[in-house]
Amino acid sequence: MRRPGAWVLVVVAGFVARDAHAGQRLRVASKAFTESVILGEIVTQLERSAGFEVEHRAGLGGSRLVWDALVSGAVDVYPEYTGTLVDEILGAQPDAPRDGASVARALAAHGVGMTAPLGFNNTYALGLRADRAHDLRIDRLSDLRAHAELRFGFSNEFMSRRDGWPGLQRRYGLPQTKVQGLEHELAYRALAGGDIDATDVYTTDPEIRHYALVPLQDDLRFFKRYDAVLLYRLDVDPAALATLRRLEGRVDARTMTALNARAQLDHVAQADVAAGFLRDAFGTVVARAVGGAPRMILARVVEHLALVGASLLVAILFGVPLGILAAKRRRVGQVVLAVVGVVQTLPTLALLVFMIPLFGIGAFPAIVALFLYSLLPIVRNTHAGLVGVSGALRESAEALGLPRGAVLRLVELPLASPLILAGIKSAAVINVGTATLGALIGAGGLGQPIFTGVRLDDVGLILQGAIPASLLALAVQGLFELVERFVVPRGLR
Amino acid sequence: MARFGEAMIDPPISQLVSVSKRFGGVEALAETSLDVATARTTVLLGPSGCGKTTALRLMLGLVRPDGGQVLFRQAPLDQEALRRARTQMGYVVQDGGLFPHLTALDNVRLMARHLRWPEARIRARVAELMALVRLPEDAIARHPSALSGGQRQRVALMRALMLDPELLFLDEPLGALDPLVRADLQDELAAIFRRLGKSVVLVTHDLAEAALFGDVLVLMQDGHVVQRGTLDDLVARPASPFVTRFVRAQRRLDVDVKA
Repeated sequence: MRRPGAWVLVVVAGFVARDAHAGQRLRVASKAFTESVILGEIVTQLERSAGFEVEHRAGLGGSRLVWDALVSGAVDVYPEYTGTLVDEILGAQPDAPRDGASVARALAAHGVGMTAPLGFNNTYALGLRADRAHDLRIDRLSDLRAHAELRFGFSNEFMSRRDGWPGLQRRYGLPQTKVQGLEHELAYRALAGGDIDATDVYTTDPEIRHYALVPLQDDLRFFKRYDAVLLYRLDVDPAALATLRRLEGRVDARTMTALNARAQLDHVAQADVAAGFLRDAFGTVVARAVGGAPRMILARVVEHLALVGASLLVAILFGVPLGILAAKRRRVGQVVLAVVGVVQTLPTLALLVFMIPLFGIGAFPAIVALFLYSLLPIVRNTHAGLVGVSGALRESAEALGLPRGAVLRLVELPLASPLILAGIKSAAVINVGTATLGALIGAGGLGQPIFTGVRLDDVGLILQGAIPASLLALAVQGLFELVERFVVPRGLR
Repeated sequence: MARFGEAMIDPPISQLVSVSKRFGGVEALAETSLDVATARTTVLLGPSGCGKTTALRLMLGLVRPDGGQVLFRQAPLDQEALRRARTQMGYVVQDGGLFPHLTALDNVRLMARHLRWPEARIRARVAELMALVRLPEDAIARHPSALSGGQRQRVALMRALMLDPELLFLDEPLGALDPLVRADLQDELAAIFRRLGKSVVLVTHDLAEAALFGDVLVLMQDGHVVQRGTLDDLVARPASPFVTRFVRAQRRLDVDVKA
């Protein structure tokens, strides 16, 4: 056990070191939707062409998460929208700033700066199916008051934001009750399938045209401006900042909508969409990292295995002793089992978000989260395996004169080994699946192509992540059956 | 003759002195004193729940008494003494208590290896014991699940005898065997005990088995020792109506079978 332990430490130390030394290069982040990723990619390639070493952590899971990553220094730049910034991020404070100067001051207090708007206002709108809009003669949001029967499906973020559905409903006095939260991309499917009549859209969404939606006019001016800007850490390299500023005012709404359409409707790779923009706007030709799908998949598999392997090894190193403790000390055992049980009930995404302020973003927080999830099956099975050893066998061992440690090592643990191994196996298989969520906090892995694929409605890309993930789960299962032959004594098989 | 002989032999190897034991609210053993004679076989006899197994586990030091004292060679069996006494006691439980994850051989030599006996010594001792209990050569490499019930008990006896203990405890060692195997093994075990001349404590509920092995029979009921003596004492001079009932119940079965 000593060597795997050392290996884990090396791996863990490696990840920590990677985050600590990353200050020398520029780290760009983007949120988990196509426009943000394209903007992140544009920034990345532009800075790269300016000679900087740039890393793009694409598609992180949510505004708050990326903001926290920026403030904590885990990333240097990311694209944001003024409306989100004022209402959601800075708005949490009682004296929320409203005008430009006080926003800048509030940001500076966090060590963050903001560029001038990039040139488009991607605000919310309600997109109603064109046929419904025509039949019911609806073209303004206030027209909705007369049609309580309409069914809405909103993104979960829109459902809960103050500047989303709750505020909209209050401002316009909307009577609709059939309102459900949906993944944004799935809402379009529901629209096409006739399950809902309207959803929240962004004004630069290519789908507005594709799904024949009518963005309803915001006649009471409820929605705030969502001017795209870049947020950066004030300690960023001045030359890098100058390069960022070249993008100010260069991306108008039509351009952005076209870029979104290229990625989402024409399935052009986001990096290529960004490269195309830079070529057209600045005449910059960016050398793209080459490497086909197989190499990408291999890299993702390696990342994925590192997440699963490191978290599982640490979980074994902690889980088995905890299980032994739980079996030997009943009081302590109840507490241990209750605590690891509670950890298990936390939603994965929530746990990942809790990790950000503690460990930043990237592989390390994902490994910590996966480690916590792996504990329960391992601790519980170790406990059950040891408690299940028959009293007659334990007394026989004691009567032979074996000291306690030897009874544990020579008799109890071998007898419990099938259950312990089964616990480790289920932890491993669950981890292979759960590790895909690591992509949401920049840990990479096979979740990256899956989430990108879901965003871009690109089944091929989804499969590039999903198939290796399934195969990996099967391989892990097979591996453990092999391990069983060596670990579980022959007399117990 | 027997009484005269008893006066000549060594003091008791194991003793319960006014020992009592409760499990939860249940009195498993009322205040009881009991001597185990050196180099003889003492049989604890009685119906289920009479306290015979509890008495045996107290003498083994597997449970601690609530009151009174357990002695091993006239010395209190405290934690310190227990550590030394362990290797001088052997223990066989009803189904053998063999560790299923180890082969018969590994079961037998587990403690010797833990004590770092030289391999040659271990090999010699195992061979000696195999001859003693007449275990077939091919059985020693098998796991317990691949052994017959009788073989399992032979291996369990080998394991208990491995360190050549002076005192051997057997808790219903033949209880789980079918009648034919049981009858064979009873005779063999009796012969082995005679040959070894060790102190033996055997627990059974079977009067015939007790009579076969026992120099001294201790009949128990509801946590009390009812009578201590030979089979003849129990039959001819019962200490209470229970003794007669217990003896008759088992004798009648014998007669029925013979008829």
